[in-house]
Amino acid sequence: MNFSKLRNKLTAGAFALVLATVAGQAIAADSKKPIVIPTHNWSSQVVMAYVIGGIFESMGNNVDYKPADSQAVYEAIRLGDITISHEVWQSTFGKSFYNAMAKGGVIDAGTHAATTLEEMGVPQYVIDDNLCPGLPNWEALKNCKDVFASADSQGKGRWLEGPQSWHGDLMPVRVKALGLGDDYVVKFAGGADAIWAELASAKKEGRGIITFNWTPNFTDAEGFVFIEFPEYSDGCRVADGGDGACGSPKGWLKKAANYKFPKTHPAAYTAFSKMSFTTGQIGQMAALVDVDKLSHQDAAKKWLADNEAVWKSFTM
Amino acid sequence: MNFLSDHPKLVQFAGLLVVFFILQFAISPSDSNFLWRLPAFLAAVPEMLNSSVEYAMFEWMPIQTYNVEIEDYEESALLMEVTRSMSRSVLFCIEFIREILVGGQKTIVAFTSWDFVSENDWAYWPALPWTVVAGVGVTLGYALNGRWLAVLVGCATTYIAVFGQWEPAMETLSFVLIAAPASVLLGVILAVVAFKSRAFETALMPLLNVAQTMPHFSYLVPVTVFFGVGDHAGAIATVIFATPPMIRLTLLGLKGVSPEVLEAGEMNGCNKVQLMFKVLIPTARHDILVGVNQVIMQCLAMAVIASFIGAKGLGFNLLLALNQLRIGQALELGICIVLIAVVLDKLSLGWANKQIDYFADLSFVERHKYSLIMVAILVIGIVLAGIGSLIFKDGINYFYLIPHNQGLTTEDFWQSGVDWIVDNWYSNLQVFNVGLIVNVLIPMKNAYLSMPVAATFVLVMGIAYIVGGIRSSLVVGGLLLFIASTEWWDRALITAYMATFGVVVSATIGLITGSLCAQNRFATKAILLVCDTFQTFPSFIYLIPVIMLFGVTDTSVLIAVIIYATIPATRYTVEGLSNVPQSLQDAGSMSGVNRMQRWLQIELPLAFPHIMLGVNQTVVFALFMVIIGAMIGTDDLGQLILKSLSDEFGIGNGLMLGLCVAFIGLAVDQILRTWASERKKALGVA
Repeated sequence: MNFSKLRNKLTAGAFALVLATVAGQAIAADSKKPIVIPTHNWSSQVVMAYVIGGIFESMGNNVDYKPADSQAVYEAIRLGDITISHEVWQSTFGKSFYNAMAKGGVIDAGTHAATTLEEMGVPQYVIDDNLCPGLPNWEALKNCKDVFASADSQGKGRWLEGPQSWHGDLMPVRVKALGLGDDYVVKFAGGADAIWAELASAKKEGRGIITFNWTPNFTDAEGFVFIEFPEYSDGCRVADGGDGACGSPKGWLKKAANYKFPKTHPAAYTAFSKMSFTTGQIGQMAALVDVDKLSHQDAAKKWLADNEAVWKSFTM
Repeated sequence: MNFLSDHPKLVQFAGLLVVFFILQFAISPSDSNFLWRLPAFLAAVPEMLNSSVEYAMFEWMPIQTYNVEIEDYEESALLMEVTRSMSRSVLFCIEFIREILVGGQKTIVAFTSWDFVSENDWAYWPALPWTVVAGVGVTLGYALNGRWLAVLVGCATTYIAVFGQWEPAMETLSFVLIAAPASVLLGVILAVVAFKSRAFETALMPLLNVAQTMPHFSYLVPVTVFFGVGDHAGAIATVIFATPPMIRLTLLGLKGVSPEVLEAGEMNGCNKVQLMFKVLIPTARHDILVGVNQVIMQCLAMAVIASFIGAKGLGFNLLLALNQLRIGQALELGICIVLIAVVLDKLSLGWANKQIDYFADLSFVERHKYSLIMVAILVIGIVLAGIGSLIFKDGINYFYLIPHNQGLTTEDFWQSGVDWIVDNWYSNLQVFNVGLIVNVLIPMKNAYLSMPVAATFVLVMGIAYIVGGIRSSLVVGGLLLFIASTEWWDRALITAYMATFGVVVSATIGLITGSLCAQNRFATKAILLVCDTFQTFPSFIYLIPVIMLFGVTDTSVLIAVIIYATIPATRYTVEGLSNVPQSLQDAGSMSGVNRMQRWLQIELPLAFPHIMLGVNQTVVFALFMVIIGAMIGTDDLGQLILKSLSDEFGIGNGLMLGLCVAFIGLAVDQILRTWASERKKALGVA
């Protein structure tokens, strides 16, 4: 333990020295105050929090983890209670992120390589069992509202959307704009847990279900097929002046930081801004917990040990 | 005819209904008709509230401070500096206790600096071995209340340790150990001031009413803005939630002290301070203890919610487990929360009931025997941990700390249980589910939404008038007017529909269960234990299986509501019936009533006022759970409160929505409380 700390410190020291010589000027060392990393309630985010924390620690920084609500976290970053956020999903958190940025105090610390898709879709077996012929093309929905009906949908098919805080009225507007208003209703679930519970229950029965979901996610492992809506184009949404009859864009996955972070921890910030995980890597992190049933900390340790080449490049 | 003149209120009530239905059909639903929906006068208030809070926090009385780390001046504001320094001191206390229990370095940092800690690897406070904490707990239990409490503490701590939940459990404990005493202290102080000053009491009461009926979700955002995110924020939100019942019960106790006792104190020459601490508070001990019990229950009930704003420990792990649908794991965590609640409750009860023997003449060893035993346990525990590090070669010292991934687990058992239920019950329950939704819930919801605002006002104010007179009617009207003037009247109607359904079912179940259990001493005790357990057991755990069975529907929300809201209905019924004087029951038996008659004609009417208070609590609990139902998926006020966590005007929206929910609760409270006290007067038991 002590030895490895010492070694880390030596490497970090040597690293700083080399940089200093190369740049020909002294580089301010990182503050020893802990970098506060938020943990939310889904696996890939928590594992990635420990992975990033592990990378920072390897550079000789102190790290602290704080549980936080995934929407309220941006206000906390703005005020400096939390230092970074490493999974800013475009369509779900984009609004909170930019609201906080507009008030001042949050900076954009780059984008991950992973592209995200946040869209309505069906579990793989709905396609395999051909419950609704023609899917994933959205036009197929016109003929199978009964397959997707639920107890309270009064005969219509149901789209199970995330809470209203995620995308407001996007889906109800889309249902109407696509001319599906007579056959489908949108129900807002209270959170991700509710969606997973419905998916698990539907799978047991082999019953049809349309839910909001995203990728990369742990559901990728079991298979989840996103419905192909008319392609997204700039300005097609109602908020941008369009009619709303389009699918979701491929989204970005950003990183956010408090505005003081680059000054207080220059080396850690440099590494953080270089950090970029791919869809596959995020999937691996989630799978270690969701499939292999490791604890989040153990999963992060294992990932760091297995992928040293990947993350070492961020720290150089 | 006689019947009608005997029951004038029934006539009034019938008249009221007639007027209500006339209005219902006469008023046409259109947005411009203010009898149908009031215009939203208060629509701009959330934004104003928001900007004034933000102004006070970030702009009022600006201070420039030089930040060494970024080598620049930072703008800050006075209020922000004040609240942040409060946060730091609360956090220091929590970290201090936490590091005694599980180790760490933040307390050392508080006296030195991060640089110091990073440079000196020895600067780390080691955790106490779990055996020591458990041993000290057992000794404490034995010292305070004998063998059984010691056994209870022993079982609870061993369970937590063996199941590998030691670290999160101690994290939760450390913040409860700050929040609970703070709530008790604050509660007692405020109650004493209110007891001394009539004016203060009048000012405090409405605040208490609002604090007790406001859903905790709605003040999470303000708390984070004022105090930041972290364990301290969780603790502060918990204190806001747990203090009101403490104040109320302490005040009740102080007011109940008979003047003779006071006079005896005065005659013995007590000064004012002595009178308060040596006479009044000890005499009011019973009610104060009920308050302490409530504080502990409330603190642990907040364990999960507090993790939304940064509290570490069992609550956060529980949410994480639920997100992976690992219900077994969540259940084990939930049991830990309940165990901590029970142990803390019994220990505090034992401590308060301990009589000091002023005349005992004891030697040093006799006087300090428990402290000596604890020191011995500390030494033995540390030695044991030392031996453990030699025995267990794989790096895990089971005598020191059992890590989360090495504990026992019964997860698979519970998981297969849940799977079995979903597999076997789903299709049968589906028939019930569809039937309930189509035949009852949807018509009921539509009926609520089709009420013109004028008709609602007439109905509710009319009932308040019949029950409590013009004053009640005006109070209730004022509360409704506030809700009707926001943009959320329709949402509030949906909340009201779910709460009504939940309350009717819960009160019925509670009344029946309570009545049955009150017939037998053993059953009474058992049911009260069940009530305590369910009050602290995190409701989030059963939300998931309920969703699997009933889907994201109102049925799921209502089942969760009923499970939770039945607790007070049952508890108060049992208490009310148990307190019916034996002499009256004997008198009834002598007059030849049978069991059924005795229950209907004697016990229920006498217990009625107390039961009404239970129904009152049922309304509050039901409203709470309807709001938490937003986590399943609702379209009422709760969904908007949840949304306010990410809103631009989150503080304003959250607070206003919270007030709307609180005012629904207070309107019902006004009616039921007046009714109960009228009945008490009529029965001569007031």
